[in-house]
Formats: sequence, structure tokens, C-alpha cells
Amino acid sequence: MIVTNVNHVPGRKILEHYGIVQGSTVRAKHVGRDIMASFKNLVGGELKGYTELLQEAREEATQRMTTQARQLGANAVINVRFATSSVAQGAAELFAYGTAVLVE
Amino acid sequence: MEFIVNHLDLSLFAVLVTVGYAAGTFAERRHYASILSRERAQRQFQVMNAEAYFAEGRVKNSFMVSGSAVISIDYFKRLLAILRNIFGGRVKAYESLVDRARREAILRMKEEALTRGADMVVNLRLETAAIGNAANRRGRIGSVEVLAYGTAVTLNKT
Repeated sequence: MIVTNVNHVPGRKILEHYGIVQGSTVRAKHVGRDIMASFKNLVGGELKGYTELLQEAREEATQRMTTQARQLGANAVINVRFATSSVAQGAAELFAYGTAVLVE
Repeated sequence: MEFIVNHLDLSLFAVLVTVGYAAGTFAERRHYASILSRERAQRQFQVMNAEAYFAEGRVKNSFMVSGSAVISIDYFKRLLAILRNIFGGRVKAYESLVDRARREAILRMKEEALTRGADMVVNLRLETAAIGNAANRRGRIGSVEVLAYGTAVTLNKT
């Protein structure tokens, strides 16, 4: 599965469009990480726990998106965009969407 | 000594501000040093935020790369920002925060592209999000997440 965020696949010709595919996941951190983060909030610097969490979540969202694309018979997803929104206190939604296509 | 005991909340506040200032300044300086040296090392690697069109047969492979960083502000700077809110104007404390997060995210994306053998990254996009956590309860941004993503391209060597 090829995933790009340009509106074509470099070096390949698009044969067919299948429309929008999307994947999303809502994640929350466990309390331990939250407490650690609030300590880190005092001294500043990178919150590694959150970086990892969001990275994992984003991978999952991308995976769900590509699964959906595969079900449509596509072999690539182009023009992928990411979006983040905090749904509730301490929880974040990560969202990926793109256009499923068939390339040569 | 008696003062500290009598004004426990006030002394705690002073300690938090001092610790925040010292640790925050140290962390920021170290982070900027690491950002600068890594940026210098990767200067040859091309990243652009335009869509690139290649001649036929030039591109071997393409895939998506991303990098992200969550950076939090320290107690002292948060205080500064709250004061700034009263008078208005440039909130320098937050400027350096988002700048660091953004550059760090781009660097991580470049690192991923380099380890996967890419020759360049096209169509870079940056996404910023305030993380909802305890520090954000009163609508104040305590930490910021920046995501950088783009399409990495490997070229056929001519």
C-alpha cells in the first residue's frame, strides 16, 4: 500500500479513483502518564509519553484508513491529511483521511 | 524560617517559579543547541512544501514520513504569559515553545526519511494542536503538539 500526501503517486499513473477513505482513533493516557506529564509541565521540555501515544494513535488511524482502502480494491492512498481534536479532558482524537486510488 | 512556615503557599509558589525558571531555561538552551547541530547536519537534505512533479522514470519509490513532538512550557513562563495577557503584546514565552516543537517535528520527519533512504521530501505539511491536559483546564495552553508530515521520494540514480 502506497501512502502519499501529494495528489498523485510520484512516478506512477493513476488508473482509477475510489473516493475518500478514513480512519480515526480516540485515545486517552493512563493516569500515571498524566501525573508524570503534569510534573514535566512544571519544568518544561518534551513530554515523551504523549509524543509516543500520539505517534501510536496516528499509526493506528493510518492503518484503519489503509484497511478501508484495501477493501475497496485500491493499492494506494493519495492526498492524505491528518487532523487532531481533543474530544474530552485528557482524550484526543486522531483522524486520517485520503483518496483511495488504483495505480499501475 | 518562621516566615516560610507561616506563608507555606507563598513559599511553595516561589519554589515552583524558581525551579521552573532554572530547569526550563536549561532545557530550552540544551534543546536549541541540539536542534541547531542536527539542522546543520541535515542541511543537504531537501524538504519542500510544494508539490513536485518529476520527469518520467525519475522516481523509484515514494512513501509518507512523519515526525511529531509534544513540548511543554515551564511554570515560570506560564506565569509570564498570564501577566502578558493583561497588557497584551508579544508573548515571547510561547513563541519559543512552538518554534522548538515545530523544528523538532521537522527534524524527526527528516530523520525518518533519511533512515528509510529517501532523497527528498515534498509537500511538507505542519499541524499544530494544543493537548488537552490538566494545564489546559482553564483554557490555557500548557503543551503543544506539532506534527510534520510529507511524502518522501527516492530517485533513480542517473
